[in-house]
Parts: sequence; structure tokens; C-alpha cells
Amino acid sequence: MIRLTQPVVGGLPLSVDGLVKRYRGANGNAVDGVSFQVGAGEIFGLLGPNGAGKTTTVSVAATRARPTAGTVRIAGVDVARHPSRARRWLGMVTQANTLDRSLSVQENLYFHGRYFGLSRGQAWRRSRELLDWLGLASRRGDQVDRLSGGLAQRVQLARALVHQPRVLFLDEPTAWLDPQSRLALWDRLRELRDRDRVAIVLTTHSMDEAERVCDRVAIIDHGRILICDTPHALKRRVGTQARLRLGLATQPSMALLERLAALPGIERVIPGDQSAEVLAATVDGLLPELVSAVGAGLRDLTVSEPTLESVFISLTGRNLRD
Amino acid sequence: MTEIALRPGGWRLGAAAFAALIARDLRVLARMPASFLLRTVVNPLMFVFVFTYLYPRIGAGRFGQVAGQSLATIALPGLIASAIYFQGLNAVALPLSMEFSATREIEDRVMAPVPYAAAALAKVCCSAVQSLLAAAVVFPLAYLIPAAPVRIHIASWAALILALTLGSLLAGCLGLLLGTVVEVRKIALVFAVTIVPLTFLGCVYYPWASLHSIRWIQILVLANPLVYLSEALRAALTPSLPHMSTLASLPVLAAITVLLGWAAITTFTRRVLT
Repeated sequence: MIRLTQPVVGGLPLSVDGLVKRYRGANGNAVDGVSFQVGAGEIFGLLGPNGAGKTTTVSVAATRARPTAGTVRIAGVDVARHPSRARRWLGMVTQANTLDRSLSVQENLYFHGRYFGLSRGQAWRRSRELLDWLGLASRRGDQVDRLSGGLAQRVQLARALVHQPRVLFLDEPTAWLDPQSRLALWDRLRELRDRDRVAIVLTTHSMDEAERVCDRVAIIDHGRILICDTPHALKRRVGTQARLRLGLATQPSMALLERLAALPGIERVIPGDQSAEVLAATVDGLLPELVSAVGAGLRDLTVSEPTLESVFISLTGRNLRD
Repeated sequence: MTEIALRPGGWRLGAAAFAALIARDLRVLARMPASFLLRTVVNPLMFVFVFTYLYPRIGAGRFGQVAGQSLATIALPGLIASAIYFQGLNAVALPLSMEFSATREIEDRVMAPVPYAAAALAKVCCSAVQSLLAAAVVFPLAYLIPAAPVRIHIASWAALILALTLGSLLAGCLGLLLGTVVEVRKIALVFAVTIVPLTFLGCVYYPWASLHSIRWIQILVLANPLVYLSEALRAALTPSLPHMSTLASLPVLAAITVLLGWAAITTFTRRVLT
């Protein structure tokens, strides 16, 4: 793989400080005072439901939206004051397929390299290597509108890396991927982190993704970061020890939910479709109590480790997919 | 392992990026020479064939004559002007409108390490190149096909080059403005209501001076940028025909180009930066 020697630039790959974004004509702030930093060789996840402000945060950082207040620096460069200089250091993989449909797969990468000042030779070599690395060698000459969603996503990743950015943004990168492609993408991201020390920022509403690939996760809701730490520390910080899912014969009644909430050690009860989810500080001695509280309507009981989902629920009282 | 020094930034990176943005558009153009030729040639070819070749042969030879000059001579500068003009709309407005809304392909180009205005200007420059190519394609058609001889005399090369250049840039700026302002599903409608009246009232088929007997029309068409291009080319190519002075047409052309360019870059930036 060709290494591009980069001039030494100061500062962390990404630092976001007191970012506020209010869109023209909107009532509230889409992003409402967000601060975080991402270091070299780190995968950082912005986790939250749709409309939480994840994509807006990334748009401002990637110079595609103007901040209302606060600053974002990419490699020390203020994105609002010097957007074109900041773009030199960032790569972007958008959720929608924005590949250039008038060009072939390899030309997409080649011209991207040329936009960033690579010579013809460098641009060809670098695009060939990246396509090889992502297993797209046989697709070089393909027209991009014939690519499946997963392949297009990979080409977009390759394109974003041609100019060797220090920060790579991925907006919901696996939202439309099949499980196998998702695993493959995660592997590539880890490789970029470990080998090239790229700072990677991804937005996701998948708990699984945040937990499995991110070194640190910020849980974001209504434009604010509720909590930010490693997935492991987040789960411990919330204090929930167990998550129990009760399968019920009917929809849970108010009386049942109240009975459950009154049991000792119960932190939260979330009604579901013919089910209820219970977050508890401990499972010791709880199971018999639960079983008798539900009575004959209990069909199924699952006990699981706390996940980021339970962290989100205990912070917001809502499910991520609501 | 190969080591490549990457330009850190500054004007050299900006210039390289700008050149690459134009190179991308030219690559796409070069891939489809047939569609470029077809969209450029069909309209002027049919006009020249019907009005300057068929008409004289079916006994309508005096149709469209002004000051004793044949329609073929009168229309030659106008046809070049309208070819230049069409190209800006075809080369920029249509594709840009698609790239903005339906496919969002513009994304990668606006992420190039140059100001957004540079990405917009690259579009205008590339469109101008296509306009000049279109002028070069239409000239021989309009010169060779007519049954009656076409009398041209290049009075001033400087005025001709200036008119062609300004007209090509103007077309690109107009295309950029329409491409950024008009939604893709309305673009066909906008084309229909702008192109046709602007062409027919653009002094393409008659000199501006010949409108003096219908004063209100003569004043109304001054709002049409195409008039200045047709008249400037008429002054440069067929000076024996009545024409607007280049001292009037060229500065107005330049002013409209700057104005449209400014408006187009402003809307472009507003469109890509939320």
C-alpha cells in the first residue's frame, strides 16, 4: 500500500467544542451543545435514535453545514473558518450512494485523488490498491449504477480513503448492509484504525454496532450527548446488572406494569408488544418474585447481560427504535 | 513501500483541484461525443435546411430578408449565439439539477479541498468549453448549407473572440443558476418557458435594429441576454448588416455574465452548505 507522507499538522484529528446547530426556520436546535474529541487510531460512535442530531454533527464537522455556535477542528483546522483546508484532512462516507454515475468504479477513485492534488500516477496506483484491499479488483471497470448497495458502500469507503484522511466519517455505514458485509466492513475499519491510525467517527442507531466496533460511544438524544465512554464502562456506569424480557400471553396491563415496578431492585419497566422488559440492579432472588407477579400469563422469560440498549433505555426511558 | 508527498494545501492544491474538476467534466463529455453532436447540431441544421435551403427552392427566397441580405447571412451569427446558449443549459443546468436532487452525485466534488465557488466555477468553465465547441460545429453548417451565398467579413477578431468568450461564460452561468434553483422535476417546464421565448426573441433570426418599427418589442427584448450575444456576433461577423455597437453589446454582455455568475455561485453555495 502506498503511503502518503503527510505534513505534520497540529492538533487532535477531531475536536468538537460546544457545537450548536439550528437550521433556518427550525424551532429547536438540531445539535444543542455537543463536545467530544477523537484521537488518532480510535473508533468513535455517535449512537442515538433518528433525529437525535448525529448526522447534523457529522455534517458540520465535514464542512457541509455551518455551525450556529461552537467550534469544530479537524487536525487543528477550524472547519467554519477554513473549510477547504479542513476538507484536506477528512474523508466522508455518506448514507446515500453519492458515487459519480458518469464514471466507472476506478475513475470515481481516480478523480477523487485528482481533486486532492494527487498526480495521475499516484491517483491510479492508490485507487488500484484500495480497490484490491476492499476486494473490488474485479469491479474496477464497472459502471457504478450497476453496483449493489453493499458494493457501492465499499466503493464509497475506498473513495473516501484515496487522499488518506486523518478523520473518516461514516454516516450510518451499515444501515443497509447484510450481516456478512457488515462484519467485513467492521474488520476493515479496525484495520484502518490499527494500521493507519485513522480517527474514525461513525453514526449508528445499532446498539450492536456501537458495542462491537467502537472504542468509545457517545449516546446522543435531542441534540445532546447524554453520556460518553467506552461501551464497557457505559454499561457499568448505568448500574443495571440484568435485563429480563418477559413474554406474555396478552398485552401487559397497567396493573401488571405497576406490580412489576414495585418489586425490589427493579429500575425500570418498559412495556412491549405482548411483552415487558425489566431492568434490574440484580437478579438475585428476583426471578421467583417476577414469576409470581406475572402469574399464569407468563409464556417466556429471558435473562441477558446489560447492553448499550439498556443503557439508552435507563437514560431516556425510551427504546432506541421508538 | 512508495512514499508520496501530498500537497498540504494552499493555492497549488486549489489549482490542481480546480483543474481536476474540469478534467472530470471533459472526460464525461469525451465519452459521449455523439450525444454532444446531436444535441448541438439538430436544431440549427433543421433551421438552415428549411429556411435557407428549401425556402429559396420552393419560391420563398425572399423570406426573412433584411436590408437586401439573405436570411442565411442574417441568421448565421444568431444561430451561433443560440448554439452557445443552449449548450450552457444542456451542459450544466440539466446534469446539475440531477446531481443535486436525485443522485446527490455533486457530494464528492463539493468535498474537494477548494471553496465551493471553485466547484461552481469549474462547471461554468467546462460549459464554456462546450459552448465554444458548439459554435465551431454550427459555423460550417450555417455557412455551407444555404442555397444563397452567406456573406461574412470578420471586422474585428478581438470583438469576435471577446463575444464568443463572454457569451460562453454567460451561458454557463445561466445554466448554473437554473441547475441550482430549479428542481429536477420542474426543469423540463422551465426549459420550455425560458428557452423557446428567449431564442425567438433573441434577435437570432433578425437584427435588433430591424425591430424599430415595433418599438415596444425592440425595448422589451433588451431584457434578453441572448440579444447582446447575437448582436455582438453580428457586429463581428456580418458588419454590413445593421447591428448594435459592440461598445454597447460587449459591456452589457460582461455585466450580465458577472451578475448571473454571482447569483449562481451564491445559490450554489446556499444549496451545498446548510
